[in-house]
Amino acid sequence: MPALPSPTAPSRYSQEVNKPKTFLPRRFSDWFAARGWAVRPHQIAVLDSVTQGDNTLLIAPTGGGKTLAGFLPSLIALADDPRPRLHTLYISPLKALATDIARNLEAPIAEMALPIRIETRTGDTPANRRARQRSDPPHILLTTPESLALLLYQPEAADYFTDLAVIVLDEIHALAGTKRGDQLALCLARLHALAPAALRIGLSATIAHQGAMLNWLSPDGRGGATRLVLGEAGAAPEIGLLIAPGRMPWSGHMGLMAAEAILQQIRTARMTIVFVNTRAQAELMFEALWRHNDETLPIALHHGSLDVSQRRKVEAAMAAGRLRAVVATSSLDLGIDWAAVDQVIQVAAPKGVSRLMQRLGRANHRLDEASRALLVPANRFEVLECAAAIEGVAALDLDGDPPRPGALDVLAQHVLGCACAAPFHPDELYAEVCRAAPYAMLARHDFDDVVRYVEDGGYALAVYERYRKLFRDSEGFMHVRHARIVRQFRMNIGTIVEAPVLKVRLGGGRGGGITLGEIEEYFVTMMSPGDTFLFAGRRLVFLGIRETSVMAADGGTGEPKIPAYVGGRMPLSTNLANRVRAMLHEPAQWRHFPDQVREWLELQAWRSSLPGPDDLLVETFPRGGRWYLVAYCFEGRQAHQALGMLITRRLERFGDQPLGFVATDYVLGVWCAREPHDIARLFEEDMLGDDLEAWMAESTMLKRSFRNVAVIAGLIERTHPGGERSRRQVSINTDLIYDVLRKHDPTHILLRATRADAAHGLVDLARIAGMLARARGRITHRRLKRVSPLAVPVLLEIGREQIRGGEAEDALLAEAEALLAEAGIEDDVASSVHLA
Amino acid sequence: MNAAPIHRAGHRFMLDPAGVVFWPVRRTLILADLHLEKASSSAARGALVPPYDTRATLDRLALLLRGYAPEVVIALGDSFHDDQGHARLAAEDAARLARFEAAHRFVWIAGNHDQAMGGATMLRDEACVFRHQAEALEAGQVEFSGHFHPKARIATRAGAIARPCFVTDQHRVLLPSFGAFTGGLEVTAAPIRALFPRGGQVFLLSRERVFAFPLAHAAKAA
Repeated sequence: MPALPSPTAPSRYSQEVNKPKTFLPRRFSDWFAARGWAVRPHQIAVLDSVTQGDNTLLIAPTGGGKTLAGFLPSLIALADDPRPRLHTLYISPLKALATDIARNLEAPIAEMALPIRIETRTGDTPANRRARQRSDPPHILLTTPESLALLLYQPEAADYFTDLAVIVLDEIHALAGTKRGDQLALCLARLHALAPAALRIGLSATIAHQGAMLNWLSPDGRGGATRLVLGEAGAAPEIGLLIAPGRMPWSGHMGLMAAEAILQQIRTARMTIVFVNTRAQAELMFEALWRHNDETLPIALHHGSLDVSQRRKVEAAMAAGRLRAVVATSSLDLGIDWAAVDQVIQVAAPKGVSRLMQRLGRANHRLDEASRALLVPANRFEVLECAAAIEGVAALDLDGDPPRPGALDVLAQHVLGCACAAPFHPDELYAEVCRAAPYAMLARHDFDDVVRYVEDGGYALAVYERYRKLFRDSEGFMHVRHARIVRQFRMNIGTIVEAPVLKVRLGGGRGGGITLGEIEEYFVTMMSPGDTFLFAGRRLVFLGIRETSVMAADGGTGEPKIPAYVGGRMPLSTNLANRVRAMLHEPAQWRHFPDQVREWLELQAWRSSLPGPDDLLVETFPRGGRWYLVAYCFEGRQAHQALGMLITRRLERFGDQPLGFVATDYVLGVWCAREPHDIARLFEEDMLGDDLEAWMAESTMLKRSFRNVAVIAGLIERTHPGGERSRRQVSINTDLIYDVLRKHDPTHILLRATRADAAHGLVDLARIAGMLARARGRITHRRLKRVSPLAVPVLLEIGREQIRGGEAEDALLAEAEALLAEAGIEDDVASSVHLA
Repeated sequence: MNAAPIHRAGHRFMLDPAGVVFWPVRRTLILADLHLEKASSSAARGALVPPYDTRATLDRLALLLRGYAPEVVIALGDSFHDDQGHARLAAEDAARLARFEAAHRFVWIAGNHDQAMGGATMLRDEACVFRHQAEALEAGQVEFSGHFHPKARIATRAGAIARPCFVTDQHRVLLPSFGAFTGGLEVTAAPIRALFPRGGQVFLLSRERVFAFPLAHAAKAA
């Protein structure tokens, strides 16, 4: 195995940066000079590396001319040799970013009069242009991972990519480690087989695991023939805390009480992005700002559920400098250059240092000026988290998950895709797949199981011989059996599985009105006609549903419901959690905190204990006829939720009669009918054995995860807008498939893929395991007479959390039924059931 | 498991949380829409869903046959997902079904999915009629039917919960589907509402019991 460049020491290359072997051609240096720019060392370093035939990872902060660095080698090569062929492929995680980069490249190409044709290809590209691009490719094609996959799974792919020389991968930190990244890695391995000479240039913001990223980018998946180039660091950002006057709330995550203070900050800057964590929070914050906005400063709203045209309008207004502020979610985290932004305000906890730095980078796309940022904590714990994040940014303490093995459902899609392009030999394809870093350690038997799954479903009960999708010829090559299979496959490419959504339409009759955006179907099922809800910054009345649209009108009254969104909340990162924990234990660090927060912590130290850096503080106390147990684990909400399920199972067995639990990013709270005693045994590591297995199998989370796996692996078809009605009758509910499969074929490859997903993402198993190991023999149990100051916030969360699942659902139904019976509605029916 | 009694046409019927009706005085078990071999039907169209649905459905049926020991079993149509379904049965499943038929008298009503298999279109017993899809009724009749796979969505404090359900009024009992891989139609959909112009009740299925709600209480579907 080739030696890996160490993630800590700069590569040999970045040290040679000052003595470039490569010089810019005249045409290019003149162009730089004419614009008053100096070419940056890392731009030359990338050029150097590519000229010498190496793959290159450029890590540089925003504003460092990263994109131009990625394209310079191609522009120079094409300026000399403009023969028509596909020379460079650019891949971005966002369609909008590809479009924006195309626009930005037009300028140098036009100004230097380069004979280069550059085009984008995404899901939005019209069919006739896509057809033309296939017969007559541009020199530089800008696309997304999904559109690349579609191109690669065509029979013509081998010819199409023959002359490919450069592959530019933008913002790869946003892709590597996700299922989209797994698919892209597999596609790169395929491209390597088709065009072995093509070099990869990866562009990334600062990342935690540089070595892993070099592996990911390299053609052998192990870091070979790949160099690291580090851009110079930008000016350190200036980050402050913005504490709204008045009482610091005990709980809540919206930060609305700070609206007036935020508005004052908006006044002091030319252009501010107000980042929030969820779309619901964006809607509320936008409304709160406008409530105070007497001078009607132009403030807009931007989030991923808004209609694309509305979002484009906001972006255009930002670029033109017509706005003073935008309230945004992660929809503005990536990419596009907004030169005018000079202030970023993060409302509510930043959740991770890397994420915060990405957001800070949105202000001042210029390397030499410090970006200006303010953090606005929404509650007391968030004061600690914000302070910890500021420290973390100063220490460049980046977080990010270590690499995980590639997903098997994505591999299944890839295998069928390859078969659609050309017959493959399993031995060759296995070798190729192993050159993609996420699959470098893939066992041959797992690969074979995936191929068998694609072939005939891979069930223990082999009854589908006659429905096989692939057949094997005498030389061992696998072919697709029908053209129909290819057609079905093309409709289902991609690794993004969206929750079902409905369009929100405002006013107008049939076909009229405007589309404001999309909301999740399950939110709509909670509304009745006449209900008020906030969406797209408007107060709307829900009128009803017509086909796949929600019909709404302006002018709702009364308490609004806010669209809730799946997966809107990020868990606290491990690094940040550790900093918060350390901070709690160091009273010297509290002096920057508001008085109320400091007094709160001092009171906790006096009445109970402060959680230490290495121990696990567990408090138990009686309250309102119940016993509460609060564990200060600091492992993030997802991990706490899983832990809560496991602990309640255990309490049940110990006879403590647990009644419920609540999980926040910081703590887990459980309440019981009887006092829990044996705290050390409660937290023993063996709970990760059978208890975990039993819980995971039943959990709705696993079912949701299975649905995604089943769609990506092609077991069931995607639902396409419009086609839903007819499809619903033939489609089979994946929850039912999951239950049946688990019972009759528990080791099936799709169940294995589902469990792997859950362990890595949904449940944060590694964090639970680490915490339990750390806590062994170090549990500080405080048995208190009443609630401790630090426990108050989690008790306030009780009732807001929704706990769902088989048994919880039955309890909720029973409660709803009993309510109706109490009210005397349909009492004959209800009572007959109770007598049964 | 607790079945809920309802009284129609002077008889008592038990709504079982497994989604079947037991008629004690006739020792008759009524069930609808088994959709056996639905998975292999999908497989023929290119979706290789797990081939265990027939086995899972027969497992559940075996439990009920043991529990109620009925003399008669009335299957209200769509017992197979398509007309060729019977031919695709695995040998083991076919033998099991034959054992059931030897021990109980099965009445197979024809449904729209398995019309060509030659089942009766309807069965009458005093005031009770049994058919696949509900029709206009004569005065005093009580009809048991399937076809729609009804499911209801009930608003609770923590969001809406959707479950397969029975739908009834004084004249009709609409059964949920019994098949392992069958989806559902919301009771708020027009075809179901049209059958219950004066309202009715829904009984949502769960592991241990059924939950009763007024039909009007079922939330508007998306």
